[in-house]
Amino acid sequence: MKARMVGLTALLGMSMMCFAVADGSWLKKVPQADRERANPYAGKQDAVAAGENLFRNNCAKCHGVNAEGKGSRPSLKSDRLKNATDGEIAWLLKNGNAYKGMPGWGGLPEQKRWQIVIYLRSLNPPSSSNARTAGAQ
Amino acid sequence: MHAILRSYIWHSRARIAVLLVLSGALAMSWRTAEAQQEPPYFVSYSSVMEEPGNLEVENQNVTAAPKNARAFFAPTVEFEYGVTAWWTTEVYAQGQATQFDSSIYTGVRWENRFRPLPREYWINPVIYIEYEDVNAGDKSFLEITGNTSIATLAVPNALLRKEQEQSLEEKLILSSNVKGWNLSENFISEKDFGESEPWEFGYALAASRSLSLKGSASECTFCRQNFAAGVELFGGLGTSDGFGLSQTEQYLGPTIALNTPRGLTYKFSPEFGLNDNSVGVLWRFGVSYEIQQFRDWFRRTK
Repeated sequence: MKARMVGLTALLGMSMMCFAVADGSWLKKVPQADRERANPYAGKQDAVAAGENLFRNNCAKCHGVNAEGKGSRPSLKSDRLKNATDGEIAWLLKNGNAYKGMPGWGGLPEQKRWQIVIYLRSLNPPSSSNARTAGAQ
Repeated sequence: MHAILRSYIWHSRARIAVLLVLSGALAMSWRTAEAQQEPPYFVSYSSVMEEPGNLEVENQNVTAAPKNARAFFAPTVEFEYGVTAWWTTEVYAQGQATQFDSSIYTGVRWENRFRPLPREYWINPVIYIEYEDVNAGDKSFLEITGNTSIATLAVPNALLRKEQEQSLEEKLILSSNVKGWNLSENFISEKDFGESEPWEFGYALAASRSLSLKGSASECTFCRQNFAAGVELFGGLGTSDGFGLSQTEQYLGPTIALNTPRGLTYKFSPEFGLNDNSVGVLWRFGVSYEIQQFRDWFRRTK
């Protein structure tokens, strides 16, 4: 009986973790200074193309060639990314979300990470509230 | 005549090995992309883990012609799998061929690396634990610990293979990423299970950088962004009976890697012995290929 309870609790915990993967809880961990960082490549079309190449080489294996998601790995065309600032996306890329399956990419040079962010931004044009935040920077 | 025949066999084996590596590389070169954040190290580890679900297959080789010993060629095949974003496991199988002697299988290793901190910090620790079941004929130079000597390289394989060692090796890996540079420091300890031998210690230090910090708008193979270069320094630090650099091997060398957009990484490094106890030059080359999302092969929904 006790073993069953432990098993059920573990199952419940694991299923809660699965939900947590896609709940965007990482957004709460982003420090304000990182949240407000502006993308140095904003508005540069060649950076979008470079970011697309980098995305295909590093991210597409999990998130799909067109960022459509694969299995439990989320699509990167989403309202959450539309509402996220460039700084928040850059923070996630650098730090990852290791306990929820997303590795950190701190080993990739920062410039390359920003190029990936600008590519992701091109797939997720910012919502009006986010545009106001970006405009204020 | 006999010596000439054995020399011919040795060179044939070396040629076959090179051909196998090249043909494998060509056969796989149509596949897709390789992660570009892994530093070009042979001995040192950084905090970069294998991406979850990916399987990297690597063929790493070292060859040298030590003074007062016969030339050798030691290939290692590695299978590295990302279990989670914070846990990577790896199995090695290794062997060696010695000129005018024989080719032998030298053993297996099973390593696990754990990244305990969930975020990127100015210094990122990784805990490394490895079980080794190798014989004394091992010439892979995957790490140097304790007091070793190149004199053992002159011992015939028939004797070396009889001496089997099971040991546990631990490493504290510290790694930082600063302005495009990776700096990694590995502190190694090793304990042989079977005998009352002392703890052995070693180290590896490395620094590297991608030749271009920016990505290119056009896809290319030989452009700067796909190259990474660095330097590695590694060697023994004695044992618990006598800590220090005395009677240890020490090596220093540049290293370079090419990450092709087709999924293959090529690495090369000449490592120079820094004292009389070390081999003059260790020539290393390796090729690796990452099978992306290998675990999806066993899933119904992909």
